[in-house]
Amino acid sequence: MTGNAAIGEAAIRAGCQCYFGYPITPQNELTEYMALNLSRRPGCTFVQAESEIAAINMVYGASVTGARAMTSSSSPGISLKQEGISYLAACQLPAVIVNMSRGGPGLGSIAASQSDYFQSTRGGGHGDYRTIVLAPSSVQELADSTHRAFNLTDKYSIPVIILGDGMLGQMMEPVEFSHDAPSVPPVRPNGLRGAKGRSSRFVRSFTSNPAELEELNWSLFRRYQQIQDEETTWESYMTDDARLIVTAFGVAARIAKGAVTHARSMGMKIGMFRPVTLWPYPKDQLRELSKNTRYFLDFEMNMGQMIDDVKLSLEGEGDVTFYGRPGGVIPTSTEVLRVITRLYYQKGLNS
Amino acid sequence: MEKIYSRPKSLKQAVFHYCPGCGHSIIHRLICEVIDELNIQDKTIGVPPPGCSVFAYYYFDVDMVESAHGRGAAVATGIKRAMPEAVVFSYQGDGDLAAIGTGETLHAANRGENITAIFINNAVYGMTGGQMAPTTMIGMKTTTSPYGREGKYDGHPIRMSEIIGQVEGACYVERVAVNSPANIRKAKKAIKKAFQNQLNGLGYSLVEILSPCPTNWKMSPMDSWKWVDEVMSKNFPLGLIKDKTGKSHAD
Repeated sequence: MTGNAAIGEAAIRAGCQCYFGYPITPQNELTEYMALNLSRRPGCTFVQAESEIAAINMVYGASVTGARAMTSSSSPGISLKQEGISYLAACQLPAVIVNMSRGGPGLGSIAASQSDYFQSTRGGGHGDYRTIVLAPSSVQELADSTHRAFNLTDKYSIPVIILGDGMLGQMMEPVEFSHDAPSVPPVRPNGLRGAKGRSSRFVRSFTSNPAELEELNWSLFRRYQQIQDEETTWESYMTDDARLIVTAFGVAARIAKGAVTHARSMGMKIGMFRPVTLWPYPKDQLRELSKNTRYFLDFEMNMGQMIDDVKLSLEGEGDVTFYGRPGGVIPTSTEVLRVITRLYYQKGLNS
Repeated sequence: MEKIYSRPKSLKQAVFHYCPGCGHSIIHRLICEVIDELNIQDKTIGVPPPGCSVFAYYYFDVDMVESAHGRGAAVATGIKRAMPEAVVFSYQGDGDLAAIGTGETLHAANRGENITAIFINNAVYGMTGGQMAPTTMIGMKTTTSPYGREGKYDGHPIRMSEIIGQVEGACYVERVAVNSPANIRKAKKAIKKAFQNQLNGLGYSLVEILSPCPTNWKMSPMDSWKWVDEVMSKNFPLGLIKDKTGKSHAD
């Protein structure tokens, strides 16, 4: 099935009760999948909202009650959702947000691009907050990440973003689902469901007391620290003896992996490092690699966004080169192999 | 001796922070009386907005969730869809419902979301200091229409309730005021009907309440009450705008 449909199916199986969306390419198959398969499930709801802003605020309302809720969009639509994501972060409400990103800025193009790394990992909305960002690189991983996203968002009460792109969303691959859908969608015990048998409660983000907000910020950041310690995930591929390591995420990592495999068959000692969580970023693991490897090639389908995290992780160690194709142009692994080969010989790594 | 007047059960024992003569405290009380009378305190979820009433959850003894500016109708939609057995109301000002949240309001109404919207129209942005609102009347001076609102330059006051009355999913729309004992009684009746409609599953109900803001109108409370009659209700006529519930009165 397509990546978009796989997310939809995985979400239903994860107990997603509410989906709110707005049409935008290249994620429409997900919205359509939910209209077809979620809307008539007992106790579940699907709303095609009037805007991305409305959709994310419906997620906020549904999440307040303790329901598992999600929305999806693509880059320009995610810009509009940032307001709501900030409020979800402030009120410590779980939500899953899928971004099948496309080329930008502006209306950009509908082709696959990785131009939203900054938008996803640097908040994008206002305020001092973080979201967990998962970056799958196959349809199977999209399905698995969806399940993981619902668990993480409930566990830490912060929004989780699944960052894919137009290629991942629309490609078709075989996929296996690890769970069956629950007959009754789960409800968080701390949901706001009316003051029955308890005092009334409220959920809010505004306070007129800076000290109170500071305490909230501190408590959020303690949780973020815990997430960094416990939830950081990454993939290392042939890095042990590598003289040059390619860093890449999402679909670019898949392209890079093909190039790395090919380079190995040509006798070049190349490896690949791929962050699976873009936030928290596996900075310690990347830094560890720099003990044995000096040269890094950061490859992205943009003009260089994750490279900031690569350099921050390496803390000045290592020699980092960038190669990227923005705008929705999709490079081939042969193209990446050429870049690898050139760099390998330029740096004298063949000797 | 019979006790004929007391604090509603769903109104917390707290001192209102509102200015003298402000309509919010009256409206809060009316809503709480209705919640008590319908016996729905334990299943009501309120959605207050940013603005003067941002602290509404300090007064309403029901579950509440603060909305982003203008998004009350979308948040209420999310709550009601996730939990149809809840009684959900949004509490929104004129800037909130008739400017930044116009889209959310219109489409929630059009979908016939089974929720209740309480719309406070005081013709100014109150908490931010009295700027021009979408409902500010022609000629009215505010901090951002210091020469008086001029239609050609600043646009015209928008009659949101009449607009909402046009859409299929809205079952009940009425405009009331809280500037006299008689009007306050009518306001309560309208609020009660708007909640009953939800309990009966009839769709979207909107009650617009003309509410005095003596501070930003720079008037005494008594003058502001008169001004609602003499100026405001000439622009925003009181009365029923739409009723397809098949019932002419509350109760």
